[in-house]
Amino acid sequence: MKSVIFRTVAPVLTSLMALFSIFVLLRGHNEPGGGFIGGLIAVSALAIYGMAYGVETVRRAIFFHPMAIAGAGLLAATLAGLISIFARVPFMTGLWIYPAILGLEVPLSTVLLFDAGVYLVVVGAIGSIALSLEERGGE
Amino acid sequence: MDVTALTFMALALPFAAALVAPGLTRFLGQNAAWVLALAPAAIFLHFFRFVPEVASGESLTGGYAWIPSFNVSFSWLIDGLSLTFVLLISGIGALIVLYSGGYLKGHPQQGRFFCFILMFMGSMQGLVVADSFLMLFVFWELTSITSFLLIGFDHGREAARRAALQALVVTGGGGLLLLAGLLILWNVSGVTQLSLLLSFGSELKESPFYLAALLLVLGGAFTKSAQFPFHFWLPNAMEAPTPVSAYLHSATMVKAGVYLLMRLNPVLGGTPEWQLFLSLFGVATLVIGAALAVRESDLKLMLAYTTMASLGLLVMLIGLGSPHAIEAAALYLVAHALFKGALFMVAGILDHETGSRDLSHLGGLRSTMPLTFSVALAAALSMGGLPPFFGFLAKEELYSAFTATDLRSALFATLTVLGNALMFAVAFAVALKPFLGPRVSTPKHAHEGPLLLWIGPAVLALKGLSIALMSGFAHRLISSPTASAIAGEPRTVEISLAPHLGLPLVLSALTVALGLAFYVNLARLRAAMKAILIDIGWGPDRGFDQFMRGLVRFAVAVTRRLQGGRFEVYMTATFALVAFILLAVPLRYGEFPRAPFFSADVPAHELAIMAIAVGGLFAVVVAADRLTAIVSLGIQGFAVAVIYLLYGAPDLSFTQLMVETLSVVVLALVMTRLQLSPADHRPLPEKLRDVAIALACGLGFGLFLLRVTAVPFDRTLTEFFNLYSKSVAHGANVVNVIIVDFRATDTLGEIAVVMITGLAILALVRLRAGSLKRAVAPELSTDESAMEERV
Repeated sequence: MKSVIFRTVAPVLTSLMALFSIFVLLRGHNEPGGGFIGGLIAVSALAIYGMAYGVETVRRAIFFHPMAIAGAGLLAATLAGLISIFARVPFMTGLWIYPAILGLEVPLSTVLLFDAGVYLVVVGAIGSIALSLEERGGE
Repeated sequence: MDVTALTFMALALPFAAALVAPGLTRFLGQNAAWVLALAPAAIFLHFFRFVPEVASGESLTGGYAWIPSFNVSFSWLIDGLSLTFVLLISGIGALIVLYSGGYLKGHPQQGRFFCFILMFMGSMQGLVVADSFLMLFVFWELTSITSFLLIGFDHGREAARRAALQALVVTGGGGLLLLAGLLILWNVSGVTQLSLLLSFGSELKESPFYLAALLLVLGGAFTKSAQFPFHFWLPNAMEAPTPVSAYLHSATMVKAGVYLLMRLNPVLGGTPEWQLFLSLFGVATLVIGAALAVRESDLKLMLAYTTMASLGLLVMLIGLGSPHAIEAAALYLVAHALFKGALFMVAGILDHETGSRDLSHLGGLRSTMPLTFSVALAAALSMGGLPPFFGFLAKEELYSAFTATDLRSALFATLTVLGNALMFAVAFAVALKPFLGPRVSTPKHAHEGPLLLWIGPAVLALKGLSIALMSGFAHRLISSPTASAIAGEPRTVEISLAPHLGLPLVLSALTVALGLAFYVNLARLRAAMKAILIDIGWGPDRGFDQFMRGLVRFAVAVTRRLQGGRFEVYMTATFALVAFILLAVPLRYGEFPRAPFFSADVPAHELAIMAIAVGGLFAVVVAADRLTAIVSLGIQGFAVAVIYLLYGAPDLSFTQLMVETLSVVVLALVMTRLQLSPADHRPLPEKLRDVAIALACGLGFGLFLLRVTAVPFDRTLTEFFNLYSKSVAHGANVVNVIIVDFRATDTLGEIAVVMITGLAILALVRLRAGSLKRAVAPELSTDESAMEERV
């Protein structure tokens, strides 16, 4: 798109949305949000950036092939389930640890890993569809 | 370690060996055979320890629970029958692995071959020791699949691929019949284990489902054991490398059907139906197989058809069911595995060392290949049923079964003598013709095969001799327990090399005399058989091709009809069906909702949002071009998202908002990409039809929702999640906790679907519209003929 306003705003908007998407992912356990919604926000961010600067720029920016991102997400989600087997509890049982990082107690869990996997799958799969459609559909 | 764990390891060992085989072969070349043969040898030793216990009449069971909720176990039953089979499989298996080392020396895919044949060994071993029905079926099909891989090993050749497919279709299909039969047996008896089933008396035979179960089981057994008219896959399977023919198609896999019949003989056998089917099909297979063997001049094909005849003989004996017949079956089973395995390997050595396995191109090799000659002779003497070889004992016992003087017995005796005489002639044709007579020049310079090649057949041939010489010992340890297991009651096999005058000896002499006459006139007999077969013309082999072609045609026709490729048709059909179900079901059961209650004081802002939603829908309908319609559809979606928000579902609202945004973006992109005409081009009648379907769907869904919400809300789950979400799963957002914790396995499945859908769409998008048109149009018209060509 050739609009100067759009081109100027797009990078700012995209970075804000990307940041927001991770925020939504992380707060999901206690407040509205989660991996699915976060992923959708991130895809929208990519779509906006793509509209402003073209698909190639987006592909360079995310470095990995979107489907590889989705694959990594599925792997992370599966691993999150498998970890509990090694802890001798049934598959997909949530496990929590609370390490202190910089004096702050940070709750980490397989559940969070799983949610991050969902996020990546959504970003990768839908992003890949959107990007490939944009690529050759241009005006 | 206890016996149970050891036995389990023995059952798993071939698969483990199959895993390391390719790597080991890359490292050691053909000498990997020496290492790999240790696996079957270890199994042989492990099971050999059970021999004294089993010989004293015990049968051992063991295993592990597999799916306890369905009463399915991974368990084994080791009695005389399965022990004999397992010893044959592992013993011959070890020799075959060695033989493959020599036979496929330097083959680029030798490692793969070892892998396949060891996997087959594991499957076959699992089949014969399986106690639970499900395990039997699983291993049964595994032998079909591994045999498919082995027959098609030389996959560059069309004939090998066809033979592999044919074997898979016939034996795999038979396996499905067997599964149905086993399910009936399970249903009637209530047990899932053979060891328990064998303790049933005549209840099964009196069940109204007996005939159905019998026919289904026979369908499985007859296809696997190549009984006429399902025999055609066996000679075609000779496309496989010779070690496969020696192992699968003489000693082991084709015996699986015979094994099954022997195993079920105590509970299903003895009825008139059993006797009729088994003895008739058995004797027909015997005579037809032996006659077809005479026609061939290719060593492997001759042996393949005699294998078919031998299998017929075994099935006939099980069908006859008299004590002598059962004992003869037990003896012949082992004797056949030994001599036929040896003869196949001899054929392989000839092929390997001379470059030909056609009788007309072989001759005078006795001085260049003396060792091979003596092995071949020993095996042929056993196959011909001459003393002092094991085959003689089997044949004597077999003829003892025909002591009755009625017409039926006389008929069977005549046909059996005929079949045996033909096999006698073929046995000596294979063992003598390549070695005697004037020297014929062969494609390769002939010389004796290496150690790896001749050690297998030599051991088997020697076994055939030593068992006969020590018959008392062998009967006590092997033959009698086997016969007892087949009969389901204690039996003692007594036959020995000591001369015993009587009818059996007369029949034996008659067989030998007739066999000699056939041998002398083999060329004339072959010509006559060929002429007869040309006159008949059509055979089951061609029938198979016709069947497959018909199947493909049918599939193409059905696919064309159901999937025409027009998206509009699919959508119309789908939504028409949805509307039908939503409206017809409540109509049928009188479940329409009562008139809904509308509160008078709806807040003004809610009314406004609803008005926006309706306005959006109106815009969709009147939109001049498609892009406007898509964006207008988004208006309605956003309005719904706001309603969710107002009613306290921020998560849902949030998601709805994002989904709506992205759908509009993606739909708009699809629109520009497909380069459709911007306006709607449907003619009026079509438009009216679509409007009707859309209205019916909307109405149906609205009524459905009203009806559902009229049912009092069950709060059990809400309370459960509210109670445990924070305390157990450490999350205050119940929706998210359900998604990523309580029902996380569901979510895992869903994101896998998302990923696969993404891949599929990506592939579709990448097909460029232009190339699509060019590529698909000719392909659609030719795929039918292309498929037929492939079959």
